[in-house]
Amino acid sequence: MPEAIFRIKRHDPHKKEEAPRWDEFKVQYEGENLTVLEGLFYIQENLDGSLSFRYCCRASICGSCAMYINGAYRLACQTNVRHLTGNIVTVEPMPRLPLVKDLVCEMDDFFAKYEYIKPWLIRNSKDPDREIMQSPADRHKLNMPVDCILCGCCYSSCPSVWGEDNYLGPAALLKAYRFEVDSRDEARRERLPLFANERGVYRCHTIMNCVEACPKELSPTEGIQWLKKAAVRRRLFGRAK
Amino acid sequence: MIHHDLIVVGGGLSGLRAAIEAKMAGIDVAVLSQVHPARSHSAAAQGGINAALGNHPNGADDSWERHAFDTTKGGDFLGDQDAIVQMAKDAIPCIFEMDHWGCPFSRFEDGRIAQRPFGGAGFPRTCYGADKTGHYLLHTLVEQAYRLQVKFYVEQYVTELIVHEGLCQGVVAYDMIRGGFEAFTANAVVVATGGYGRIYSNSTNAIINTGSGMAMAYRAGVPLKDMEFVQFHPTGLRTTNILMSEAARGEGAYLVNGLGERFMERYAPKFMELAPRDITARSIQTEINEGRGINGEPYIYLDIRHLGAEKILERLPGIRDLAIHFEGVDAIEAPIPIVPSQHYSMGGIDTNMNGATIMPGLFAAGECACVSVHGRIGLGGNSLLETIVFGRRAGAEVIRFFADLREKRPNARTAFAAVEKVENTMKTLADRPATVDAYALRTEMTVLMKEHFFLFRDEPTMKAGLDKLADIKDRVSKIGLRWTGSIFNVDMIRTYELEGMIDVALTVAQGALVRQESRGSHYRTDYSTRDDANWLKHTLAFYQAGVSGPRLDFKPVTLGTFELEERKY
Repeated sequence: MPEAIFRIKRHDPHKKEEAPRWDEFKVQYEGENLTVLEGLFYIQENLDGSLSFRYCCRASICGSCAMYINGAYRLACQTNVRHLTGNIVTVEPMPRLPLVKDLVCEMDDFFAKYEYIKPWLIRNSKDPDREIMQSPADRHKLNMPVDCILCGCCYSSCPSVWGEDNYLGPAALLKAYRFEVDSRDEARRERLPLFANERGVYRCHTIMNCVEACPKELSPTEGIQWLKKAAVRRRLFGRAK
Repeated sequence: MIHHDLIVVGGGLSGLRAAIEAKMAGIDVAVLSQVHPARSHSAAAQGGINAALGNHPNGADDSWERHAFDTTKGGDFLGDQDAIVQMAKDAIPCIFEMDHWGCPFSRFEDGRIAQRPFGGAGFPRTCYGADKTGHYLLHTLVEQAYRLQVKFYVEQYVTELIVHEGLCQGVVAYDMIRGGFEAFTANAVVVATGGYGRIYSNSTNAIINTGSGMAMAYRAGVPLKDMEFVQFHPTGLRTTNILMSEAARGEGAYLVNGLGERFMERYAPKFMELAPRDITARSIQTEINEGRGINGEPYIYLDIRHLGAEKILERLPGIRDLAIHFEGVDAIEAPIPIVPSQHYSMGGIDTNMNGATIMPGLFAAGECACVSVHGRIGLGGNSLLETIVFGRRAGAEVIRFFADLREKRPNARTAFAAVEKVENTMKTLADRPATVDAYALRTEMTVLMKEHFFLFRDEPTMKAGLDKLADIKDRVSKIGLRWTGSIFNVDMIRTYELEGMIDVALTVAQGALVRQESRGSHYRTDYSTRDDANWLKHTLAFYQAGVSGPRLDFKPVTLGTFELEERKY
């Protein structure tokens, strides 16, 4: 039976006297594949019941199990240990986020910033009796940003977030882009002042860690640069698109 | 103790839609959810949502009447026709509303919402956003809930309903982030916790889909309806059972056996790969059972290569990614290995078409409820529709319920007693030396459900399965916790939820054994035809304390709109 060695960073910050530590586990599996998430369940069920981690869909769409695995941001469910280099699977919580326990990070700030940029379609005109018409070309502009699963990888990876607690970060800004670029959205002054400032798009220095970190291969940087252009255009010409 | 007028348990599509409806009417509503609402399993739905918009060039003659008829026939006439008609009518404004709220549906050239053909439907009626429709709908409702400032309590695992003198007055929840149990009192509770897929070892469902809401309501005395009807999706990935959307076949995918044949020709010559899911799933299983799997192995191929890279990348990017990540197969270049997999729970908490249960103050919506609109199989694209239509209707019903409510203060003593009861249960689990391994027991049960209550059922197999389930239920009293810490205790949740899963499994098993006919997803080799004379009725399962299985009762199906006919495709 194949075997994988998992090295997992453990810490319960509620226990002030306990320092973070690394625990090592041998995970046995059948067949050719073992995802990191399956490995965590094996450990939790058979070796150490105290292991804490988030899980839900196990099909890379819910965004629960974002972790730092062998030095890279990944979804545990989407990561096959066979595709990792080396014999040891190291698993850490997403760096630089407050810790709840073991592999579970606090996401409160992340969602507060998401909420702050008004992540919903803003309409001023009366809705039609049918759908609001949208051309396939306009719909195509949404393809990238609507696939965000809010896993938090980009947010954890961004040096501008590390340096400034109040920076909205790539995920919230990508969401702002998702609506600003939507032909159905009619926000004029409602959303723009929230992101066109030093806590918003101008804090992005195009380091592009977010692009590398995204397990869905999205590009928050692209969205942020679009927002910068839109903000300038709007100040010069009074319209974004 | 925390109070909100309305507590919604579950933050998926149904729960959010119910909460939004209530919030728009000014009701103080809170959503409690085991995961952040944006992580709910609704996100995993792929193919689409049905509404007779008539946007497709071949769909101009579509109507809500045709939608209702297809749904009734698809459900093998066991759906309640008044509810089906209501759903088909509500579908149209509900979809437009989702569009007005920003849902990124795919579009036709003329700018209207795109629709694709789906199994069992007379017209291309399934609205979609690529093959990530559930994800898009869910995020749209999460966004609206934020806009309306619906209160979220995230990562709260609800364990128990608070019931005072026959009225539902709230829930008890485990706070996963801060630890401890809390009473959330309310004048009404909407349960929207989704399906029980994980009682089967081969489910497409998320790991959290354990039927916890059904188990709570069931133990509180509310019957579960039509639990024997379990939908098996034709195409789950071979090794993980992850869903490969029906959208693939809607776009023209072939099902191919080990001999390279498009075998659906033998089973549904007219509809081919787009026969309803129960027929397609049984056809695949028959091929496998008769040795015509790929290289004789127990799986077959879903082949989309002939659609071409461009169409695959535009319409089916999600399933391509899933097949790459989880099966190591790029569907542009190679066929996808698939097996039939448990997918959807047609049965659930018995409700009327407004989400009301027999318990005043308790409402249910979505997959955890059984209205029933699906009858005996869910047509693809109707389950997403159900979540939104009946989530909204449940929210509206709560508003009416509040207008008539006289006593508006939940009983505090009952609430505290409920918390104490849960704490004692956990203490018992913590103190008990575990002589039975909870996780081994879980595996035993889930494999048993697959082996004894899958696509082809017969009396001896089911009787043996039921005996084993009763034995598992006995042994569940000997499980204990491995870890007793208070913060994010995964072990506690997974150990606690097991007993509920077993109770739910028993209702499925008992219902399946008793129903001596074949109808929709419930196919018996020993009673292979539909028997309207004896079985055109709903099964109700009532909880009995101290006994392993449920007490069964029956109630009539609402007919009157469509004539019964043989279900042929």
